[in-house]
Amino acid sequence: MSPQPLSTLIVLGSGGHTAEMLNLLSVLHTDRFTPRFYIAAATDNMSLQKARLFENSFIDKTVVENAQFMQIYRSREVGQSYLTSVGTTLMAIAHALWLMIKIRPQVILCNGPGTCVPLCVIAFFFKVVGIRWSSTFYVESIARVRRLSLSGLLLYKLCMADQFFVQWPQLQRKYPRAHYVGCLM
Amino acid sequence: MGDTHDKMESEKRIVFVTVGTTSFDTLVRAVDNSEVKRELFGRGYTHLLIQMGRGSYTPTKSSGEDGCLAVDYFTFSSSIADTLRSASLVISHAGSGSIFETLRLGKPLIVVVNEDLMDNHQSELAEELADRKHLFCASPQTLLRTINGMHLESLIPYHPGDARPVAKLINRFLGFPDD
Repeated sequence: MSPQPLSTLIVLGSGGHTAEMLNLLSVLHTDRFTPRFYIAAATDNMSLQKARLFENSFIDKTVVENAQFMQIYRSREVGQSYLTSVGTTLMAIAHALWLMIKIRPQVILCNGPGTCVPLCVIAFFFKVVGIRWSSTFYVESIARVRRLSLSGLLLYKLCMADQFFVQWPQLQRKYPRAHYVGCLM
Repeated sequence: MGDTHDKMESEKRIVFVTVGTTSFDTLVRAVDNSEVKRELFGRGYTHLLIQMGRGSYTPTKSSGEDGCLAVDYFTFSSSIADTLRSASLVISHAGSGSIFETLRLGKPLIVVVNEDLMDNHQSELAEELADRKHLFCASPQTLLRTINGMHLESLIPYHPGDARPVAKLINRFLGFPDD
C-alpha cells in the first residue's frame, strides 16, 4: 500500500532557485506531495508568480486547490553584511515560526535561498520537541560548483537536512555526506 | 529595393547582450566599445541588441547604415525568450537562469562575470561550463580578447540535466514506490 500524501513546504528564491525547484517538482508526483505550500521572500514578487503558473499548468484543476502561496521576511539580502544579518535573521525567524506553526509540513523542499534556513531550523526544533516530524530535503543550487552556499553550509554542518544533494562531483568530494545527483538544469 | 531589404532581413545576425534583472553597466560599457563592435561586425554580425536592465549607462544607438554594426537597446522585456531565439550570439551576465536558457536554445554564449558583486560565487558556474567547453567565460576587461580569440566551432552542445535522480531518492526516502 502506498503511503498517504504528505503536506509539503516548498521554498522558492530568485536568482535561479525557483527555476531549479520547479524543474524538480515537475518530475515529482504532485499527488504524493499534497497540499503544497510555496514560500518566497517578501521582496521577491516573481517566484510565487512562477509557482502559480506551474500549478495552473496541471490539467486536473482540482490540484490547484491544493496549493497555497505565502511570503516570508528575508534573513539576508544579497550583499548585506553578516553583522546586520543577525538582526534581520531574528525577525525572519519569528515570522518563519508563525508560518511553520500554521503549515506544520511533513516534507520540506529547499535549494539554497537564505529564507530556507530559519524554516529548516524550526522544522528541526519541531522534531526535537515532538511537535511535528518532517523530512527536509536540500538540493544545493547548480550555481555552486566548488563551495556550498551559506545556507547549504549551515544545513550540512548542523545535519539539519535528512538528505543533502549536490549537482557537481567536486562538492560531493568535499562534503561526503552529500548525494551527488548530476545537473538538474 | 524590396529585394535588398528582404536580403538584409535574412542575413540579420544579432548579438544579444543581456544583464538580467539587475544592472551591469560595466558589461554594457564593454560591448559599447568601438573595437568590440568592429570585431563583431568583422565576424559577420550585423546587429547588437542590448538588454541593459536597471543600468544607468545608455549605449550609443546606431542604424548601422554606414557599414557598421546596428546598435539598439531596451531595459526589460517580457519576451526575452524570443529575443534569445533570434540571436546568433549571446553575451550574458553570469546568472544561472540566463546561462541555461541560452544553452538550451543551443546558442553560442559568452558569459561575462560581474567582478563587482560582493558574494561572487557566480564565476564558479561560468568557469565550470567554460572548462567543459559549453560556453566562453570573460570579464568586462577581457571581453574583447575573448571575442578576438573565440572559435565557435570548438563549443560542445549542452545536454539538459535531469531532475529524476533526485526525485527518485526523495521518493525512496519517504517510502513511495519507484515509478
